[in-house]
Amino acid sequence: MTATDVTSGSNVAPMGSVVPGAGLSHRSGPRALRNRLAAVVMWAAFAIAMVPLVWILWSVVTKGGAMLVNADWWTHSQRGITNRIVGGGAVHAIEGTLLEAMVTALMAVPVAVMTAIYLVEYGRGRLARVVSFTVDILTGIPSIVAALFIYAVWVTVFGFQRVAFAVCLALMLLMIPVVVRSTEEMLKLVPNELREASYALGVPKWKTIVRVVLPTALSGIITGILLGLARVMGETAPLLILGPYTQDIATNLFGGLVPTLPTMINQDRTEVLQPAVDRVWGAAATLILLILLLNIAGRLIARLGAPKT
Amino acid sequence: MSTITGVSTVDELPDPEGHGPFEGDRASTGRLGDRLFGGTARGAGVLVIAMVTLVAVFLLSQAIPALAADKVNFFTSTQWNVDATPLQFGIANLLWVTVLSSVIAMIIAVPLGVGVALFITQYAPRWLSRPAASLVDLLAAVPSIVYGLWGLQVLGTHMAGIQSVLERLFGWFPLFQDAGIDASSTVLTVSVVLSIMVLPIVTALSREVFAQTPTLHKEAALALGATRWEMIRTAVLPFGKPGIISAAMLGLGRALGETIAVMVILSALADGTPWSWSMFNGGETFASKIANNAAEFDSPQKAGAFMAAGLVLFTLTFVVNAIARVVIERRKVFAE
Repeated sequence: MTATDVTSGSNVAPMGSVVPGAGLSHRSGPRALRNRLAAVVMWAAFAIAMVPLVWILWSVVTKGGAMLVNADWWTHSQRGITNRIVGGGAVHAIEGTLLEAMVTALMAVPVAVMTAIYLVEYGRGRLARVVSFTVDILTGIPSIVAALFIYAVWVTVFGFQRVAFAVCLALMLLMIPVVVRSTEEMLKLVPNELREASYALGVPKWKTIVRVVLPTALSGIITGILLGLARVMGETAPLLILGPYTQDIATNLFGGLVPTLPTMINQDRTEVLQPAVDRVWGAAATLILLILLLNIAGRLIARLGAPKT
Repeated sequence: MSTITGVSTVDELPDPEGHGPFEGDRASTGRLGDRLFGGTARGAGVLVIAMVTLVAVFLLSQAIPALAADKVNFFTSTQWNVDATPLQFGIANLLWVTVLSSVIAMIIAVPLGVGVALFITQYAPRWLSRPAASLVDLLAAVPSIVYGLWGLQVLGTHMAGIQSVLERLFGWFPLFQDAGIDASSTVLTVSVVLSIMVLPIVTALSREVFAQTPTLHKEAALALGATRWEMIRTAVLPFGKPGIISAAMLGLGRALGETIAVMVILSALADGTPWSWSMFNGGETFASKIANNAAEFDSPQKAGAFMAAGLVLFTLTFVVNAIARVVIERRKVFAE
């Protein structure tokens, strides 16, 4: 089918352009034109895709970048600061964001890595297919639905307060599929010869996985974890439902409010007074910076330690 | 890389030597260590299944009492009054705004994403194609609240011009009628922002599939005298079509469920505002409705109404993602 399409395409050149014997070396005008047009369209598509990226980064840097060079930003909280006062920092929100991300990772990574090991090393048959399918579904769950679910369990059924730990539970649901997929991919890259060599030496399967397969794939797994962290750090929906904002430094996951960067942005996003607007964009710049750093670290680790196949 | 799309396509295909997808082997010795480790791995997998099942079960169990108390038709009513007794809430408005904004977003993002993927795999010079791919991926790293902020305060200020042009050209059609909402907070602005947000997803998956087009197909087309564009049209695109479809579906799933960007940009309408089909209208999507009212979950019945909305959203994204999965699975049959 491919071949006929191509030949019919080249035979039906418009009249006047067909010179005997010229078809081999010469392209008819309209075809060459269409070809060039397509190339222009593809370059244009890429250029258009770059516009929002540059524009967003530009907006964030010009509106919020100035806040980041102030040392107070990294050392002070917003305690006692109102929307008319210039000053204060984001350290409370940065701490909260990092803390929640870390706790989320502590819960999500073991489950996700073991699931990936199951899928790659053990999985066969129905159960493995169902697990793989549910990981896909979990990938597609909107963050607001994950948050609602945790709300239903944590607040409605158990009757607990809205606390930061509940946020971590919701974020865990969002992080697991990212880490499962990337770990899975990395485990598949580990050459089978390594496993076979280990078996040939009489090493049991679990020890082969722990001592041979995982170390080989380690850098890729870490990359996946960092990218998963980057995703959950930017999530806002679970925070809105489960983790209200406060201006003070607070790190108790099981009581009181824990501030984070996304909720700090959300808190003042409707403000019109300049000090508050500056802080909103400053928090946005900080959040993007943190996520970019994680992304870059992830990619560097991936490039430095990729398993040789 | 599947970290963006969450779906792995590469490994489902046989490699050049004809080996099938990687499969677990039967090397377990059956000793205690093996049984423990294998059991734990299996347990983790079962836990993931349990989580997804629990999400559905809990949402359903919370939503049913509220749905039972609902005095208007849940699917066709445009009211949302959870303070009233008896309860009156319906999702017609939410469903329309959710679907409209996501579909417009896909109309923008899919052709653009496919174009970018073709650029990266077929047109870009070698030195550019990897950095180009990473740059597009960066769009996925921008948090949604920043998209919201930017969409409302930066992009939104430029939307009035586009809106007035569209209005003048197509204003006779209900979809393009003026609804008296500020141009920075309309469904159209949301759609543009959503299209930017799903662009990396559409691009990443299409790119992955295009890169797998068998070299033989491409060379055959070129050998028959096809130009580069004709080669793409006859070899790359037919091969990549299932990939494009599932990329579009994954993007759609993400757009349907996007919460914060929509909540920040879209101006919510007062209750009782007359129905409008227009994309220049405000409104709320399922996700933004829930997020806007997060503070109101004080009674189980109220919360139940929002759970019901969440359940519909979950079902929508579930169906869309399942279609994406099925399409990419079926592709294996053709990928010989």
